[in-house]
Amino acid sequence: MITKEATVAAPAPLPAAPEPPRPARKRRRAWDEAPRWQIYLPLGIYLVFTLIPFYWILLFALRPAGSTSLVPWPMTTVHFEKVWTDRGFGTFFYNSVLVGVVTLLMTTLVALAGGYALARFDFKVKRAFMLALLCSQFVPGALLLVPLFEIFAGLQLINSLVSVIIAETVFQLPLSMILISNFIKNVPYSLEEAAWVDGCNRFRAFRVVVLPLLRPGLIAVGSFAFVHSWNHFLFALMFLNNQEKQTIPVGLNTLMSADSVDLGALAAGGIIAAVPVVIVFAFIQKWLITGFSAGAVKG
Amino acid sequence: MAQAAAVAKPPTPPRRRRASATPRRLPYLLIAPAALLMLGFIAYPVLSVFYYSLQDYNPTKPWRNGFAGFENFTRIFTEDPLFWDTLVFSTKWVFVEVGLQLLFGLALALIVNQTFAGRALGRALVFSPWAVSGVLTSAIWVLLYNSQTGITRYLADMGIGDYGVSWLSDTSTVFPAVVVADLWRGVPFFAILILADLQSVSKDLYEAAEVDGASRFKQFIHITLPHLKDAIILSTLLRAVWEFNNVDLLYTLTGGGPAGETTTLPLYIANTSVDAHDFGYASALTTVAFVILLFCSMVYLRLSKFGGEK
Repeated sequence: MITKEATVAAPAPLPAAPEPPRPARKRRRAWDEAPRWQIYLPLGIYLVFTLIPFYWILLFALRPAGSTSLVPWPMTTVHFEKVWTDRGFGTFFYNSVLVGVVTLLMTTLVALAGGYALARFDFKVKRAFMLALLCSQFVPGALLLVPLFEIFAGLQLINSLVSVIIAETVFQLPLSMILISNFIKNVPYSLEEAAWVDGCNRFRAFRVVVLPLLRPGLIAVGSFAFVHSWNHFLFALMFLNNQEKQTIPVGLNTLMSADSVDLGALAAGGIIAAVPVVIVFAFIQKWLITGFSAGAVKG
Repeated sequence: MAQAAAVAKPPTPPRRRRASATPRRLPYLLIAPAALLMLGFIAYPVLSVFYYSLQDYNPTKPWRNGFAGFENFTRIFTEDPLFWDTLVFSTKWVFVEVGLQLLFGLALALIVNQTFAGRALGRALVFSPWAVSGVLTSAIWVLLYNSQTGITRYLADMGIGDYGVSWLSDTSTVFPAVVVADLWRGVPFFAILILADLQSVSKDLYEAAEVDGASRFKQFIHITLPHLKDAIILSTLLRAVWEFNNVDLLYTLTGGGPAGETTTLPLYIANTSVDAHDFGYASALTTVAFVILLFCSMVYLRLSKFGGEK
């Protein structure tokens, strides 16, 4: 009932549309076509610059220690085994996944609630709140390390992953909330009102009508939160001093700051650090452009 | 406070709907979690930084702690050459990085916005470093730059340069070396944002320009660039703030060295508070950095007339 009405009411420019249908090749005009070499040559050069570092780390991770061969053959997994068990990357990996997933959930939920309020209501402190969100973009997390440390020490959360999760969530929130409120603004309010008429309460109307249309936006925001907290380093470095509790970036830094760096182990650790973000990236790549253009920070 | 007052105010008309659906209270309930988190973990720390900046505060020298007035600030501006050195380096770092990232990012976005065989794969590959962390970037470039088995060894094999050269520990090569490492990760950010904005340029404009006989270059100058203006202003500003504040890469790649050559202001602040435990002075430095950032951002937005002429 609701969904039928919804489609009738607005088949409109919702963020759900993944990509506008491309016009058939034949119909493309000359103005749109650059000579092929003008595309492939610079792209090829840039690809070399992008891919050599990736190849380099694979090379070091897979070839035996001391080898100078430029192809990873004979291949060995000894570096991975060493890093995963001896250097504690198994534990770090688990901690990082935990931090990343909980940060993703918290950021998305809190930002969804706040974003909905910003998109749908006029209320007294709205302007001040928006201003605070924008200003917080200028607050460098790295420069708040000392007071944050004292707060978490007061809450007895030092050496607990909770401190890192809270800090990552807080610094992800402002941008996530702005993005989500823009996504929600793109969903016509009339859709929700139609659902109320059909007897839904506000929450149910939101869940049934708005939420499905927010999918690309939520995927973009959620993956940002995950990737960001997976990658971020300083909070974990400062708030966790027990080796059992540390995360992957801290583990990588420990490998790098050793007196004589074990390059094979470092490379293998780097690959382990990269795998989840590469998977997330491959998954969201097609949503990324649409997600951004729909929610572009313009509202 | 305004918020608390608004919540406390009893709803005047008799409530007809259930409490959960009362729009008067609902927005406050919805923003409450975010507002509380930000008050506790952003606003309060910022205020305490301002407070400590007026104090002598060093946990390792508690007998000297106490109110210091503007002493910390006079020390920054009159007695601390490191402050000026690191501020100059920060400025240089931000300008070079943001400028080059914008230039390459724009070019890249224009290229992958064309239609060509293998576009999806090409996009995925050139964007991929975007997701790579600062620490992982450091790890990768440590492998590339190391003096024994790094890229210089293979270059030397081909007769370019000498064996055993480490670009990261030589004061004359360290700057370009870290700039390239950070570019590798930073260019995709601009490329993604600009590509997203390019999706919304109306094709009719190009067709009209084509009919009028405008060259591709003129189309770029008169149609594409004006359309991208706001996106470019906003992304350069966000990126500049981010590059200024971000310490992950330099902290792990060079540690600010060699000989303090790559120490940014935030890195200096981190060292002052973490290593020297001089929290009062670090807080004063933070306050100064914060004011500089805010001032520059406002000047930038004003000069660029952001959001104007719509």
